[in-house]
Amino acid sequence: MVRYVVRRLVYMVPVLLGTTFLIFLAVYALPGDPVQAIAGPGQAVAPAVRAAIVAKYHLDDPLLQQYLAYMGRLLTGDFGTDLNGKSVGALIAASWPVTVKLGLTAWVLGGLLGVLLGTLAGIRSGGFLDTSVLAGTTLVLGVPYFVTAYVAKYVFAVKLGWLPPSGVSDGWPLSYVLPAVCLAIFLVPEIARLTRASVLGNLQSDYVDTAIAKGLGRRTIVVRHVLRNSLLPVVSVLGLSLGYLISGSVLIEGIFNMPGLGFAVFRGIAQHNGATVVGIGTLLILVFLLLNLLVDLLYGILDPRIRLV
Amino acid sequence: MTDALLSVRDLRVQFRTRRGPVTALDGVDYDVYAGRTLAVVGESGSGKSVTARAIMGLLPRRTSTVTGGRIMLGGRDLLSMSKSARQAVRGERIAMVFQDALSALNPVLPVGFQISEGARKRRHLDRRAARQLAVDLMDQVGIPAAKARVGAFPHEFSGGMRQRVLIAMALAQDPEILIADEPTTALDVTIQAQILRLLTDLQAQRQMGLVLITHDMGVVANTADEIAVMYCGRIVEQGSCGAIFESPAHPYTQALLDSIPRPELRGTLLPAIPGSPPDPAHRPSGCSFRTRCPRAFAACVDEPPVVRWLEDPRVGQPPPAAEPVPAAGQRLSACHLCVRAEPNGAGTAGGGAIGGGAR
Repeated sequence: MVRYVVRRLVYMVPVLLGTTFLIFLAVYALPGDPVQAIAGPGQAVAPAVRAAIVAKYHLDDPLLQQYLAYMGRLLTGDFGTDLNGKSVGALIAASWPVTVKLGLTAWVLGGLLGVLLGTLAGIRSGGFLDTSVLAGTTLVLGVPYFVTAYVAKYVFAVKLGWLPPSGVSDGWPLSYVLPAVCLAIFLVPEIARLTRASVLGNLQSDYVDTAIAKGLGRRTIVVRHVLRNSLLPVVSVLGLSLGYLISGSVLIEGIFNMPGLGFAVFRGIAQHNGATVVGIGTLLILVFLLLNLLVDLLYGILDPRIRLV
Repeated sequence: MTDALLSVRDLRVQFRTRRGPVTALDGVDYDVYAGRTLAVVGESGSGKSVTARAIMGLLPRRTSTVTGGRIMLGGRDLLSMSKSARQAVRGERIAMVFQDALSALNPVLPVGFQISEGARKRRHLDRRAARQLAVDLMDQVGIPAAKARVGAFPHEFSGGMRQRVLIAMALAQDPEILIADEPTTALDVTIQAQILRLLTDLQAQRQMGLVLITHDMGVVANTADEIAVMYCGRIVEQGSCGAIFESPAHPYTQALLDSIPRPELRGTLLPAIPGSPPDPAHRPSGCSFRTRCPRAFAACVDEPPVVRWLEDPRVGQPPPAAEPVPAAGQRLSACHLCVRAEPNGAGTAGGGAIGGGAR
């Protein structure tokens, strides 16, 4: 087990190197002029100033050299400074909690609701609830992200005034409920459908007959026997979806004006702030890889047939 | 003769299929007695397992219906019981051992937990008592190092050991009746003998009524007290093991016995029954075995055979409807030949036909 974890951590190194290099490359290839972006659009930049900025940020160095220098600093915990001279590390430290709170809230909400709906639909397949879940999830999947978010914001924050419309000044949970629900809504269909199919399949397994033959009640059979088996595939999707929720909250953070990581990346791209984008990108990749490892470890605990060696 | 623990009477089951309703059981009768083994034999699709599942209440609710008959346990009909009363019977009074032990065990729960789970709930055992019960049962069914393995998972056991786990699970609540549905089919031949020995030993120790479902006549010879031979949803012959092996009355039973490998047949082709069982949706008219029967004659096409007593004093007479199951030493058979064999055979006597008409 320990050896397995160590090996997986070692495997992360090349993955991390490769992916960060790709992000670095993408930022490098962004159209536009970073020096111009600092000065502001339409502002004339004196050649001497330009030369100084280029020298300061090593903008003329070969790509590989820039990358290696950056990675070297990263190893010492230094995320570098953006083109405004602010520390990217400080930016991450400030925006990280917002994104984690938003992502986790959405994840728990979406996961619970998805599993609940999927299980109920599965044990009464073909019934009213099953059909409603199918119709509801299709509807949710059909409406674009931002439409749902704007409508929800308008109805619950502006019209009804139940919740704050933007920002995080009211703290958790008040400020996070609406954006988290909007984010969670897109997790529910996937989890619900996967759970439903899994429950339905497991209900037909022989071990359910054995459980019935023992004289167990239906609820015990569903919860203890069927659900335990049905959740195995759901766990792996849930684990990875937390990564997606955290990295995919860019739009929701934008709509609800939440100063999180997604928001910072969005601004970083707009301002050609390579250090911001690469820094946060690297962090998100790391989170993703660690979540992946966690899911695999959890799988080993939930399914005794899987041995991690 | 003591009273039967369990009496199946005129049990009829239909399956709903895309091609319309299909009759799976067409009037099945059998009795299970304490301390005796009833072997139910027949080819796949003959209705052996459907009968067992009907007794356990395990028929798929959406696709099957019990269209008639009774399943009497201690004077009460299981089929007219409430859901909760039925649930109380399962495991506690009638338990079942399934064919494929790997899929019949929950892969993510420890075997010890699964063995004692039913008893734990019913008898309000705490964790330690339940564990002890599981260890004891594992010992009884011959699982070595039971104490160490009680927490192991199904995939960590061999096929034979898994079957033993399943048997231990069935015994956990001291049932009066144990139904074993082809318990040895998925096992190696050497292990098969061990499991059968275990089942018969346990049956004798606990004086359970054992229903052994099998398609292997060889298995039956050493284990059964009574035999019921099923074909196409009906029992075509029924009687004591010795009598049936000595003088099978129904051509189907004869054919089954002929197909048991014997040393003196070495080097010759083993006799097999030609063809395959008829599609239950398209039963032949008259006797459903006639299409494969070497001794079929005109009457077999027109008239479904009636179940009759074979031994004196009621040779050839249809059994009274009240007791269509043979007492010890008596036999029943559903074949026109069984009547014709009698010197004063009355041809096709009507009435009391528990086999029902073929449609």
